[in-house]
Amino acid sequence: MAARTRIDARGAFCPGPLMELIAGLKLIEIGDEIEVLSTDKGSAADIPEWVGKVRHEMVSSEEKDGVWHIVVRKAK
Amino acid sequence: MAKRILIVGGGLAGTIVANGLCRQLAGELASGGATITMLGATDKHMYQPGLLYVPFGRIREAELFRDQRKVLDRRVAFHVDPAKHIDAETKTVTTESGKTFSGDYLVIATGSRIRPDNIPGMEEGGHWFYDLDGARKMRDALATFEGGKIVVNVNVPHKCPVAPLEITFMLRDYLKGRGILDKSEITYTYPVGRLHTLEPVAAWAVPEFESSGIKSETFFNTKEVDPKKKTVTSEEGTTLKYDLLVTIPPHSGQQVILDSELGAGGWVPTERETLLREGSKEVFVVGDTTNLPISKAGSTAHFEADTIVDNIASLVKEERWARFYDGKVFCFVETGLHSGTYVWFNYTTPPNPGPPSQMIHWFKLAYNRLYWLSARGLL
Repeated sequence: MAARTRIDARGAFCPGPLMELIAGLKLIEIGDEIEVLSTDKGSAADIPEWVGKVRHEMVSSEEKDGVWHIVVRKAK
Repeated sequence: MAKRILIVGGGLAGTIVANGLCRQLAGELASGGATITMLGATDKHMYQPGLLYVPFGRIREAELFRDQRKVLDRRVAFHVDPAKHIDAETKTVTTESGKTFSGDYLVIATGSRIRPDNIPGMEEGGHWFYDLDGARKMRDALATFEGGKIVVNVNVPHKCPVAPLEITFMLRDYLKGRGILDKSEITYTYPVGRLHTLEPVAAWAVPEFESSGIKSETFFNTKEVDPKKKTVTSEEGTTLKYDLLVTIPPHSGQQVILDSELGAGGWVPTERETLLREGSKEVFVVGDTTNLPISKAGSTAHFEADTIVDNIASLVKEERWARFYDGKVFCFVETGLHSGTYVWFNYTTPPNPGPPSQMIHWFKLAYNRLYWLSARGLL
């Protein structure tokens, strides 16, 4: 079972949800996951774009009451 | 019984908390109803934002430092004896010298550190200005630079999020001033898909880059530096050649946080409004040390520290909370050697930087000296 860490980046303008995700991925093991909470709708586009470029794995992305819940698995 | 306030760390955040509490708890300190103790790593206090000017010879090194004992209110019991282990449950700290200190309130303000050693080749191949030794070496490298490829390489996480753009524009002006800008090429790399994580700042930077001929490479997270080939390669698969590599190294929290098992990466899990350590009622975390998703910057430390001062003073005097931290951050942005702007935001208000001006640049230069009033809790 992969461990999952949550980053609550709601209202985080700087450094922002994607930067928090990049920093957070450095602190977990391969196969583990990070769930990012973001109120920036741009996260729903820029996080998957970066995850694809660097070849980690998108697990899920959904909006609940104005908050995006984006789960990424560390693949390398 | 006196309320004992124990502050671990003597940077800006810890210093503002100590001096602010001396002001608000003057009566309790005089009557023996409260004590304030600080454990610091050095007897010198450094104005870290001033390092930005060192590579260009725009600040005297002596301006960066004051004796910490003189910056602190005399009522603070100050020990140059860094923490070796922090027990957040018992609010007890063991120091490098083997002494033990306890508090009724514990404030963890140990800060962050640069970790160029976390990226292969970066220590050997890179220059930076985030510590004095690095800033001196960068100054010397610039002095002998006669043109070529400069890569300004930004890594995650880092403190002072506008500094990468500032150093880029200051480099441009410096090269222009020496008459070698037309023989030079500046390429700026950034971890996410725009020039700065703040969208309005990124949007402002685009035409500035275009008009200055500054190149950029976004979605660039450094994998390794090859000092022999003089190349820097990203996790995303891009390799750039350089003649001078100016890095913003990745940061981590302090070793004592890791050794005390207080948080991954050396960042302590912290409640965003109370600034309490998660799971603790009388342990506060301030400045770079928190894991909060906000800027690691002096102004963040300042506004957080002000909140903690109000709350500890209120708890000691009246056993109630005063207020919550709203996520406020304010940063000057130097847009060259002669102009600047600023940006502020909080958890609910997005940033909206104004047009750069010489006046704001001058105000920033004035703040380089006013800082010492902030550290003393006066500004």
